Amino acid sequence: MSLDLPAVFTALMGIAILAYTVLDGYDLGVGMLMPAGSAEEQSLMVASIGPFWDANETWLVLGVGLLLVAFPLAHGVILGALYLPVAAMLIGLMLRGVAFEFRVKALGWHRELWNWLFWFGSFLASLAQGFMLGRTITGYESGFGFWVFSLVVAGGLCGGYMLLGATWLILRTEGALQRKAIGWARWGLAWVALGVALVSLATPLASETVRMKWFDFPRTLWLMALPLATVGAGAWVWHNLGRSDWKPFAGTVAIFALAFAGLAYSLFPYLVMDRLTIWQAAADPSALRFVLVGALVVLPFIVAYTAFSYRVFRGKARAGLYEH
Amino acid sequence: MHAGDALQLARAQFGLNIGFHILFPSITIGLAWLLVYFRARYAASGDPAWLATYRRWTRIFALTFAMGVVTGIVMSFQFGTNWPGFMNHVGNVAGPLLAYEVLTAFFLEATFLGVMLFGMNRVPGWVHLSASVLVALGTTLSAFWILALNSWMQTPAGVAYRPDGALIAGDWLEVIFNPSFPYRFAHMLLASGLTAAFVVAGLSAWRLLKVSADAAAARTLRTGIAIAALLAPLQIFAGDQHGLNTLEHQPAKIAAIEAIWHGGKGVPLELFAIPNEKTRHNDWALSIPGGASLILRHDPDGELQGLDDFGADVPPVAPVFFAFRIMVGLGFAMLALAWFGAWMTRRGVAAPRWLLWTFAGATFIGWVATLAGWIVTEMGRQPWLVTGILRTDDAVGAISGAELGASLTGYVATYALMLLAYIVVLTHLAGEGDGGGA
Repeated sequence: MSLDLPAVFTALMGIAILAYTVLDGYDLGVGMLMPAGSAEEQSLMVASIGPFWDANETWLVLGVGLLLVAFPLAHGVILGALYLPVAAMLIGLMLRGVAFEFRVKALGWHRELWNWLFWFGSFLASLAQGFMLGRTITGYESGFGFWVFSLVVAGGLCGGYMLLGATWLILRTEGALQRKAIGWARWGLAWVALGVALVSLATPLASETVRMKWFDFPRTLWLMALPLATVGAGAWVWHNLGRSDWKPFAGTVAIFALAFAGLAYSLFPYLVMDRLTIWQAAADPSALRFVLVGALVVLPFIVAYTAFSYRVFRGKARAGLYEH
Repeated sequence: MHAGDALQLARAQFGLNIGFHILFPSITIGLAWLLVYFRARYAASGDPAWLATYRRWTRIFALTFAMGVVTGIVMSFQFGTNWPGFMNHVGNVAGPLLAYEVLTAFFLEATFLGVMLFGMNRVPGWVHLSASVLVALGTTLSAFWILALNSWMQTPAGVAYRPDGALIAGDWLEVIFNPSFPYRFAHMLLASGLTAAFVVAGLSAWRLLKVSADAAAARTLRTGIAIAALLAPLQIFAGDQHGLNTLEHQPAKIAAIEAIWHGGKGVPLELFAIPNEKTRHNDWALSIPGGASLILRHDPDGELQGLDDFGADVPPVAPVFFAFRIMVGLGFAMLALAWFGAWMTRRGVAAPRWLLWTFAGATFIGWVATLAGWIVTEMGRQPWLVTGILRTDDAVGAISGAELGASLTGYVATYALMLLAYIVVLTHLAGEGDGGGA
């Protein structure tokens, strides 16, 4: 039996991107929520993501790395089409990443500057990622409507990240900050609901391929399970705000996974919408096999020591954790 | 906008990024192992002074590491945005090497860095020491893979071609252990060790200038000097071996390094000269007769090829020639400084203030040498991106000059801010606190 290597790598890449979105999503969300906290709360907020953000961000490198390894022909097309938002995202991620270090080590107004850059970097990176997602869904078409669509997706993703960040804080903090986070999560959830609804309605309008895939009876009936489950997860998150520490975060992760599944279904098998499929863009099987062997050996270790790290740092964040 | 301008902008942007990025790994690869040493000394002795030393340098490491991580992510994207032809042509070889770097190194170092920085009170001592070792191992593994790829681009090996003409790997071991890889890997690891040693010595000297009674800083000053004194001669030897390897596999690069326009026997060594591309001649040359032949062939009458022998496929001569002299000059300066410093501080003698100022001034000497070395090897590879297989101008993308210019401006501003903040915070960290052994 021969293995469909491009499909396997599409799955791996999908896992990496989803893992990145959820994991760095809560980091970026916490970063965007920073201005809403007091100085002490800001320290706690950073402490809650401090030990994890670097490894979380590595999933992005794995995602783009897999794109580069498995689909070298699409890599250049996609990154070329997304050139400016990629540059904006990278500048945002750079500022956010070094701000972790600088904001605790700088003094006086420098510290304030890095706090501000921490927020700005998180916001810029999130906005750019959402914009890239919007451009990808519409196959990088130019035109006013497509740009507006991408901006709506960008706004929606920022809301999603803030919801992830707020529910992460509910999980990892207590007391006044946790109560504040519950309030943020309510706003975030409303924002996400609006964003998901807008994107779900606009996507079939923006892309004929997507419309055909979703509105094809009787398949449509089965597919309705996805939006229904998303609404259910949203309601579950809302219900559990203030009732449970972990359920809001788990529910938000479920919303992300469901939205991701919907997008994956819309796009598959295209890497570049309507232009380039995964099989057309795939690298030589010799290269894919070589990487697959490594990935199968190494990924269990990565999962194991990531779990170890989360176990070491379980429980509520405490002040000063990041003052290493 | 000419295609050539876009190529130059794409190169400027990539060169800026990669040159900025390498500053930080060149410290962290060496410093990570030094932290293992500090941590192990604490584990063995229980002496809180070693713990304080470990903590102080861990903070500097964390900051440097973060700078390396975020600039490295930019690189992973710029392979695609700036050089789409690179992946189109050699992606079947280059892609997997990068993937192995992510899988085996990035997650390892990123995850255990968290344990190393924040986990000291949460895990047993041996686990914490192991986390330090794993972070160091991760940084070295990362260097292994990226240098395997870079070396393969310099001296490709192990390739095969599909019936449709696409390039694939024929033998992965030959790809990874290509002819220049062992030399480049050794040369870069030693460069990182030296860079880190001078950073440690320099910042310790800086601290001693502020808090003269700090015994821990006096100890790390000696540690830094000792490591530099040990590594500098090794590096000169490794560099010489690397040069001989380059002569064998990339003779045009050697011809540019030594500014040999016309080949022949008994080629002189130009200690100083201004290579003139127009007249194909060296102006203001100060030469040692037969010197280049002696160094490269170990025989003053040995025969060497000149730039004439390679037609149009030669790198720009002047930058390669000057960068090489800066690198070698700084290499010998580091040797002299380290040995002199070791002699001055022998048997625990405190370093005089002027010596402290000298080491503080030389804190980033390794950066300059490393950058010069990378300019030699990367510009010396031109016009090839992958020697004999892919030309640089065939790999450049169709990004508009306006987009490149806008993003380049953004990168330059961000890097300038980051570098300024880095150096300010580094000197602040080195100077902070009282003389209580920390």
